[in-house]
Amino acid sequence: MARPTDEPRAVKALLVLAALGFLAVFLILPLVLVFAQALEKGVFAYLAAIREPNALSALRLTLLTAAVAVPANLLFGLAASWAIARFEFPGRSLFLTLIDLPFAVSPVISGVIFVLVFGRLGLLGPWLQAHQIKVVFAVPGIVLATLFVTFPFVARELIPVMQAVGREEEEAAVLLGASGWQLFRRVTLPNVKWGLLYGVILCNARAMGEFGAVSVVSGHVRGLTNTLPLHVEVLYNEYQFQAAFAVASLLALLAIVTLAAKSLVEWRAGSGARAQSGSGGRESTA
Amino acid sequence: MSIEVRNVTKRFGDFTAVDGVSLRVPDGELVALLGPSGSGKTSLLRIIAGLERPDAGQVLFEGQDATRRQAKERRVGFVFQHYALFRHMSVFENVAFGLRVRPRRLRPSEAEIREKVRGLLRMVQLEWLADRRPSQLSGGQRQRVALARALAVEPRVLLLDEPFGSLDAQVRQELRRWLRRLHDEIRLTSVFVTHDQEEALEVADRVVVMNQGRVEQVGTPGEIFERPATPFVMRFMGHVNVFHGRVQNGKAHLGPLAIAYPEHPHQEGRPASGFARPYDLEVAREAGADGFWATLRRATPAGAVVRLELEDDEGALLQVEMPRERHAALLPELGERLYLQARTLRVFVDPA
Repeated sequence: MARPTDEPRAVKALLVLAALGFLAVFLILPLVLVFAQALEKGVFAYLAAIREPNALSALRLTLLTAAVAVPANLLFGLAASWAIARFEFPGRSLFLTLIDLPFAVSPVISGVIFVLVFGRLGLLGPWLQAHQIKVVFAVPGIVLATLFVTFPFVARELIPVMQAVGREEEEAAVLLGASGWQLFRRVTLPNVKWGLLYGVILCNARAMGEFGAVSVVSGHVRGLTNTLPLHVEVLYNEYQFQAAFAVASLLALLAIVTLAAKSLVEWRAGSGARAQSGSGGRESTA
Repeated sequence: MSIEVRNVTKRFGDFTAVDGVSLRVPDGELVALLGPSGSGKTSLLRIIAGLERPDAGQVLFEGQDATRRQAKERRVGFVFQHYALFRHMSVFENVAFGLRVRPRRLRPSEAEIREKVRGLLRMVQLEWLADRRPSQLSGGQRQRVALARALAVEPRVLLLDEPFGSLDAQVRQELRRWLRRLHDEIRLTSVFVTHDQEEALEVADRVVVMNQGRVEQVGTPGEIFERPATPFVMRFMGHVNVFHGRVQNGKAHLGPLAIAYPEHPHQEGRPASGFARPYDLEVAREAGADGFWATLRRATPAGAVVRLELEDDEGALLQVEMPRERHAALLPELGERLYLQARTLRVFVDPA
């Protein structure tokens, strides 16, 4: 009987080629085109598009948004995953489902929800207006929408890691006299650090790249409430293709850096595990 | 330090893990909590440690109520079944952990920590592995690191959860003896949980047999083995032949056996069971008093004894052990009819 791996070479080659071809057409080609288009009118035009005040403001806003959303969701993710992995409490599975909510609904809907709650005619609108607080069509709205959309990344990444590590090491630490903070810093955190870093990287990528939710709450005020993805859209709609691609290339670069960081984390985490098991083998022959 | 447990009950949902248990562990004793899985022994150990809060009852250390005291304040050394070593720390750092997390004014200097950890690693014969990670150690080595780590904080009591449970037979034997010697040296009040009756009898000063969340019997290994208090203990302490029947008018009719039973002189009969260990059954070719005939089905040599399996006229199987010399003298053949007598029969009348 033929085993699944006994396929003829031709079949293997065909499958590999199909996968690579798909990858090239749908992932690599567009990426290359982004940079080709961005540099179409030369390096100076490229730099000019990036140095344009509205582009710089969009970059600043994007970085600010990520700088708020990522640490906030880092803290939330740690707290949520710890609670879910360590304790049985009423509403635990409901909590688990709620964490996934931002994955389940379209980002546009989450944007609209924020408008309905914080907008001028929204639930909290009159109160906010009375206190001169502007949320929708302003920076706070963008940060809130991004927070919501990037909510699940860290928690989702950490829950399985925490569950796999188990609670015995923490119990041992408590019995040896560790305080809550010592327990977290010396035992829990080192055990989940690679999972945590991985979640942060994914969360950061999404925070910088989010379009839908942010688009609804931003109001597209140039130089004030446009993030990088929104700025790209504005430029594109105004037929400034070269400038649009120049700014898009910034986002693409961020993505590439993120992917590189992610690979590095995976490689470090993997090699850490290999080093341990590898030298374990040495020990048995010593 | 002595430990006392008073009427402790612990429920997990509908399941009662520990059901009104009271227990005293005198200072310096090594006590085994013995029972099948689900008997509540590990829950009881975790309650003593402060890892679980009892639903009712008290835990006292040295006569003082410690029920509300936090686990980290109880100063108990705990060895987990799967060791629970800190996987990202070296063996040295694992043992040093309890000293390093002390508040600054109580923390020993780096030199003192070094000295102390080295001493402990020497005691468990693992000094040469100080820089290894737990994942690089064998099971027995990990177990000893876990023990050194627990002892580093100078605990007042030592609690061990199935300390030899996940080790292979030979390492287990060695570690058992080693633990017993260690206890004789340091005389630290210790409680360990096990489901292996041989282990409990070999290592402990006293054995607490648990079943379904309750204590069945407390006693020295000799008492537990020679005078089991309940049918459960009788069965749990090793293989036993059971004869069901009744007691009435000072007589017991148990299966094929009929013996005098003066403990129940009453007219009214009661259901009862008789228990005989395989070495308490005598095999002969000639008929005697108070015995019965059975057919030999199997004979297996096992060291100093030969194990026989016989079938009585009702079709029930009986296990018998006889010394090798006796077997060689008798040389029974398979299918031969032999006469069985119980040298010792322990009778338990069913509770009303």
